Amino acid sequence: MTLDASSLKVVQAAGPVRKRADRSPLASIGLHGALVIASIISVFPVFWVFITSLKPDARAVEPSPKLFNESSVDNYTRILAGDKGNFLAWFGNSVVIALLTTVIAVFLSATTGYAASRFRFPGKRSLMMSFLLVQMFPFAVLIVPLYNILIALGLNGSTFGLVLVYCTTAVPFCTYMLKGYFDTVPSDIDEAGRVDGLSPFGVFWRLIMPLAKPGLAVTSFYAFLTAWGEVAFASAFLSAADESKTLAVGLQVFVQQNRTEWGHLAAASILVAIPAIVVFYLVQRFLVTGLASGAVKG
Amino acid sequence: MRRFLDRYWYAYAMVLPVVVVIAVLVLYPLAQGVFFTFTNINEGNIANPILERPATYDVVGFKNYLNVLSGGESFGAFWSTLVRTLIWTFSCVFFHYTIGLGLALLLNRQVKGRTLYRVLLILPWAVPAFISAFAWKYMFNAQYGIINQLLRSVGLPDPVWLGQSNWALVSVIIVNVWLGTPFMMVALLGGLQSIPGDLYEAAEMDGATPWQRFRHVTLPGLRSVSSTVVLLGIIWTFNMFPVIYLIAGPNPNTRILVTYAFERFFSGASRDYAIASTYGVLILSVLLVFAAVYRRALRKQGEVW
Repeated sequence: MTLDASSLKVVQAAGPVRKRADRSPLASIGLHGALVIASIISVFPVFWVFITSLKPDARAVEPSPKLFNESSVDNYTRILAGDKGNFLAWFGNSVVIALLTTVIAVFLSATTGYAASRFRFPGKRSLMMSFLLVQMFPFAVLIVPLYNILIALGLNGSTFGLVLVYCTTAVPFCTYMLKGYFDTVPSDIDEAGRVDGLSPFGVFWRLIMPLAKPGLAVTSFYAFLTAWGEVAFASAFLSAADESKTLAVGLQVFVQQNRTEWGHLAAASILVAIPAIVVFYLVQRFLVTGLASGAVKG
Repeated sequence: MRRFLDRYWYAYAMVLPVVVVIAVLVLYPLAQGVFFTFTNINEGNIANPILERPATYDVVGFKNYLNVLSGGESFGAFWSTLVRTLIWTFSCVFFHYTIGLGLALLLNRQVKGRTLYRVLLILPWAVPAFISAFAWKYMFNAQYGIINQLLRSVGLPDPVWLGQSNWALVSVIIVNVWLGTPFMMVALLGGLQSIPGDLYEAAEMDGATPWQRFRHVTLPGLRSVSSTVVLLGIIWTFNMFPVIYLIAGPNPNTRILVTYAFERFFSGASRDYAIASTYGVLILSVLLVFAAVYRRALRKQGEVW
């Protein structure tokens, strides 16, 4: 009996293992070689900024750069201490704006995506088409009309106004993604929920949302990045006061004023990149499944 | 009407917030933007609510379109800029797709350290665009950039990457390929994983070579993912402003339609909103025509999208 079970296991394991054994050593080296080279190219720019961030400004512009040269964390301490602008205040603003955008955009696109996935209603097609259209218009050109509207709504210079603007950028793509994802959740689940007496909203909130985690993770990632790194709208719509800037805007000003301080710029960049990379790391295992089902269904 | 609402109210309730936000913050500004293209509006004559100055711009009919479409240098040399935009868009999307597909195929195999490779390869997507722009600008620097340092050390010529030559266009394309490949790779990897393994086994039974399996199983299986991500990729790349603007600045050798709209919008003494909006409407028209053609081409292949 035990013998049978273990031999069965061996047979089962043989499936995927055989594939690897199929490959000649040369092909294996080629495969790993290609992946290693691609990974190096993909990581190197960030790695190089990190290396530069540890160097004093004068060492960062040497004609023959070295890996380490008088390296220290001085650049970081000076930036965090506020020598180069009100870094911590910018950081706080960015976090608030990016998190608000993520929450609102994901919630709005989840309800819309669910409605588009489950219900047939007049205007659904034109709604989805208008989302595609929104992607096509160069948003920058909307800045003047948008500026007027934000003034009319009394939201000019406010965090919430900027969050709404970011939502219009993030929501169309997120809705597409989530609609595709909801399409892969069997609608039997909805029907079972309705039979058990849940309202359409109850079904959505209690049954479908927990099942859609991978899709929600991807859209959160996308919405967060949309708001985190944006420069043009943030500089146009937030008030010019130093303490209400976002990181992206503050850093942009910093770049213009300190063209030669590459070491400090690099350190500030790394500090800005860290939260985005943390969010990325949290959601990365959902990325493939979440994005794929969205894109497959279009 | 009552029955209509009874049937659909929850669907509309779920859609309504988005429709309101999009209508107020996109469609209305879009309409106003289109109106601006028929005026001579600029910084000097726009209504300024803060200074309480009324608007003094005039309607000028199709003059902006005539000026832009005549292709004059002072209006951004529309046709040659359009050609450059097309070169930029298609070379970026071509490399995004081919490199993304290649990496996705590699990652879809049984390979040790797959998760680690995947995390490293998606990383460029997670870095905010202006940081990547900064990183590449530093690496492309002609004197102390690491790229020229490498080229010199192996005895190759070291061009001034971001100067006034077509090398600048090559540089921004390289950066954008680096930035955009992870998205394609992830989407295509998901697509590959949704192709049933039986198909490959059946093909193998029938004696199909690896190339035939790729050609007749993988590519058709990826068609619907591909059609979506390529369309999105083309739209996004066509309108990709931050990469070019932050790396090359207002360099005429990297000027595409969107960056020129920005230049007219933000810089210069006059801040010509009318010309910027005209460019915006022309960009929208090009993309609409393209999307319609693309959709028709897909439909001919029996793809309903």
